[in-house]
Amino acid sequence: MDLYSVSSGALLIAFILYLVATFFFGGAIRQNKSERHQKTKAGTIGLVITIIGFASQLVYFITRWMLTGHAPVSNLFEFTTFLGMSMIFAFIIIYIYYKTAFLGVFALPLATIIIAYASMFSTGAAPLVPSLQSNWLHVHVTTVALGQGILFISFVAGLMYLIRQIDQTKLTFRNAMLEVVIYCIFLFIGFIAITSIFNALSYQATFEVEMDGQAVTAEYQLPPIAAPKDSTLLSENVMNPWFEAPAWMQGDEAGRKLNTVIWSFFAGTIIYGIAFLISRKRIGKRLHPLVKGVKPDMLDEIMYRSVAIGFPVFTLGGLIFAAIWAQLAWGRFWGWDPKEVWALITWFFYAAFLHLRLSRGWHGEKSGWLAVVGFAIIMFNLIVVNLILASLHSYA
Amino acid sequence: MNKIKCECGHINPEGTVLCEACGKPIEENQHIDGNDEKKLLNMRYDGSARRSQTYRKSIIDKIWSFFSSVKVGVWLIILALIASIFGTIFPQEQFIPQEAVSRDPAIFYEDRYGIWGLMYYQLGFHHMYSSYWFITLIALIGISLVICSLDRFVPLFRALRNQKPKKHKKFLSRQRLYSESINVDDSDVDKLVQGLKNSRYKITEEDGQILAEKGRFSRWGPYVNHIGLIIILIAAILRTTPIMFTEEYMWVREGEQRVIPGTNNQYYIENKDFILETHDRNDERFQEAFLKEEEIASNFQTDVVVYEAKNADVVGAEPELEPILEHSIQMNNPAKFDRYTLYQQGYQLNEFENMSFHIHEADDSEEKSLGDFTIDLSNPESVYELDSGFRVELTNYYPDYIMTENGNPASETDFPRNPAFVVTVYPPDSEEGEVSFLGVGRNIDATGENQYKVAIDNAEFRDVSGIAISSDRTLPYFLIGAIIFMIGVSQGMYWQHRRVWINKQNDNSLLVAAHTNKNWHGIKRDIEKAIEDTNVTMVKDQQELDD
Ligand code: HEM
Repeated sequence: MDLYSVSSGALLIAFILYLVATFFFGGAIRQNKSERHQKTKAGTIGLVITIIGFASQLVYFITRWMLTGHAPVSNLFEFTTFLGMSMIFAFIIIYIYYKTAFLGVFALPLATIIIAYASMFSTGAAPLVPSLQSNWLHVHVTTVALGQGILFISFVAGLMYLIRQIDQTKLTFRNAMLEVVIYCIFLFIGFIAITSIFNALSYQATFEVEMDGQAVTAEYQLPPIAAPKDSTLLSENVMNPWFEAPAWMQGDEAGRKLNTVIWSFFAGTIIYGIAFLISRKRIGKRLHPLVKGVKPDMLDEIMYRSVAIGFPVFTLGGLIFAAIWAQLAWGRFWGWDPKEVWALITWFFYAAFLHLRLSRGWHGEKSGWLAVVGFAIIMFNLIVVNLILASLHSYA
Repeated sequence: MNKIKCECGHINPEGTVLCEACGKPIEENQHIDGNDEKKLLNMRYDGSARRSQTYRKSIIDKIWSFFSSVKVGVWLIILALIASIFGTIFPQEQFIPQEAVSRDPAIFYEDRYGIWGLMYYQLGFHHMYSSYWFITLIALIGISLVICSLDRFVPLFRALRNQKPKKHKKFLSRQRLYSESINVDDSDVDKLVQGLKNSRYKITEEDGQILAEKGRFSRWGPYVNHIGLIIILIAAILRTTPIMFTEEYMWVREGEQRVIPGTNNQYYIENKDFILETHDRNDERFQEAFLKEEEIASNFQTDVVVYEAKNADVVGAEPELEPILEHSIQMNNPAKFDRYTLYQQGYQLNEFENMSFHIHEADDSEEKSLGDFTIDLSNPESVYELDSGFRVELTNYYPDYIMTENGNPASETDFPRNPAFVVTVYPPDSEEGEVSFLGVGRNIDATGENQYKVAIDNAEFRDVSGIAISSDRTLPYFLIGAIIFMIGVSQGMYWQHRRVWINKQNDNSLLVAAHTNKNWHGIKRDIEKAIEDTNVTMVKDQQELDD
């Protein structure tokens, strides 16, 4: 067996173990009330499985490092997988301290979605261009991911707080917004589902696109709903595009990205719809009984504490190490590049969060919303900035 | 000033909310921290008197109060955040792509993004982060941070220094964690104290009343981190002065020796060699990546020698150069000397170094040479006298030739990337010249009646390195600021200030109250462990979540 299959096999095993562990954590919260905040057998089993999964993911990480000769955090697949891994790591730490099986019911599936999302991107390894050949880069990226992993726990606790505390008996603005947050998670699932399906079918459609007077090709892995601007379809026996991407979307990849977004909405909405039909309730309402037994104070504390712990780590990785690396590579420690600016925005946001916590009235639900928005900013930086804003100029 | 004397005898400054010594709420000041509306006391600054909350009359008081409000601080941060977001909608002007129709912002934004681009440009969002109002916003955050910290640090420091183990019952019962126990004997109290000691609490005892405290230093964390931020802001201001920061960019050709700009002619650089290496296309591990890209660079490197001019201040004298440094500048591996750092930042492959030509009769199919000459493209001469008696005048030189829209020849840049010439050839002993146009792959006879033709024999190429030179004396300050910031946040976030008051009342009941600035779970566990095997009642969490 070669190193490559060991590596990808280990990742798959980790993925499956995280899902299995979720069920044990789910079992752990069905206990009676008095035991809920103590160690339970199911909870302990869940933790052990999670740790084995984490170890398996470490095997993936190390073997891939050996394979490529550099720390596997240098493309979107590698980084996002590592982010999922640090989320699991943060969860394990929090669990050991707070004994919170209930957190696992939400944290593990969400982290698993992130890892699945990562696997939708090209998993091929690329050699490092000169600007990336620096140990500072690896230190920077791993620290950022760790910080974001800890902040992810605050999102999970915040989301659970909202599901727990927002009145679901009648439709209000607040629980509608909560439903929107949940719907956004379904979009991820939609993206993963639709990409996996068409990958399995090896679907391919090729376009020829006019770019700056040159003909380039654009490959689609999903049936084209939106074609690239000024393109002709080369493949036969594929779906005919319904329309062309608007002119203001730049770059030869724009059409494909738009098409993927459309499909994700499409698939996500269908899956959400099915979930809705099966449960015959808003999903938030459906999930409410799961968290009913959890003390809101505990959720509030975990949500705040994980920001308190994650904020310094994020600052160190996302701003300070990033600046040191940029100084060595380009001679400028700060360049107002979109990626950098969004790290700064994240930092500003969590600084505001911490200061708001100093005053009364910002605990509880308001903090919960802040934790959700904070994580949305992190995801925005990962997805939109990487795929859209940052592509306006090349990094290296 | 109207000092306030508490019933315990301690004299508090005006504006105190909770007595510094015994913690008894001072009746007339309860509105300041909102204690009058809540069951629990607001312990944020231990009820100390803050200037901002006490004096609110004069203009200075008002400004002080304004900037010391956390609410204002948060608003400033949110505004900076929103402004930053707007700055990323379209690229900032320094990121306008090379291949854009025009790199002039006035044209680029409208051309590419239409009406929204035009608005973006007109609102000045294309240079957001150097705009006056953005900088003002950051400066206001700085001011707010300083005033806010001063406003709270001194009184908090006083209050924590003056605190006494004996607290007023009103203070204890309105803590978030509180319990009353009856029939507790002294041995139980001793066990409790010992238990807390084991968790590394510091015990202060006075008249049998006990305060167990740990991690007080973490309360200074925010002030330390704010000092770090201030140092960073000051460094950023210093960086705008040329004494602290300069930056230059130079192109230097292989084999060329040039003065380094920005060093007052003190230093020279010689480019020995520029090296561009690429990753092996056949590397099995990276096959997928090579499907998309023809070539992936693995190294940009310039081998340089840096010289110091020994007599740089003697006007007109040829400098005497002494080599001081040999270095291979790579990305992530800059060269450093004196206070300058040289970074590998750009390159141009295969620039023309020189071109050699020979003259032959226009109708000679064998193109027999009637004399040859070589033009050094970075330093061309105006006339070339050939041994055979021919004379070639370089009438026009276009280092980077293009044909403009109205049909005139021009040079796009000053770099010999695509050289073209207009030469006038004078045969021996003739005053009548013939004009030809020469370029790569072009040889145009202006009149069509030329007797002689000039042919290109050979060309030599070399690479050019783009090197950035920066002298940045602010870097240590940024680094110190960042380190202080990290120390401050770690101090404030990874340690907590925990206090447990254990007070015996006259009626022999025992009151236990506890407070921490974060991590309530942790302090509860400490107490739980300490009261094991005693009759002391576990403290009850009295928090009311506000919704
Ligand atoms: C982006 C800039 C800023 C950052 C990164 C920052 C960071 C911090 C951090 C990490 C804390 C500790 C919070 C906690 O313990 O939960 C803190 C506390 C604090 N900050 Fe800031 N701060 C910033 C700007 C400001 C501004 C503008 C003000 C003024 C209004 C301010 C006022 C305070 C106050 C009053 C505290 C609480 C001090 C205490 O607990 O004794 N900060 N700051």
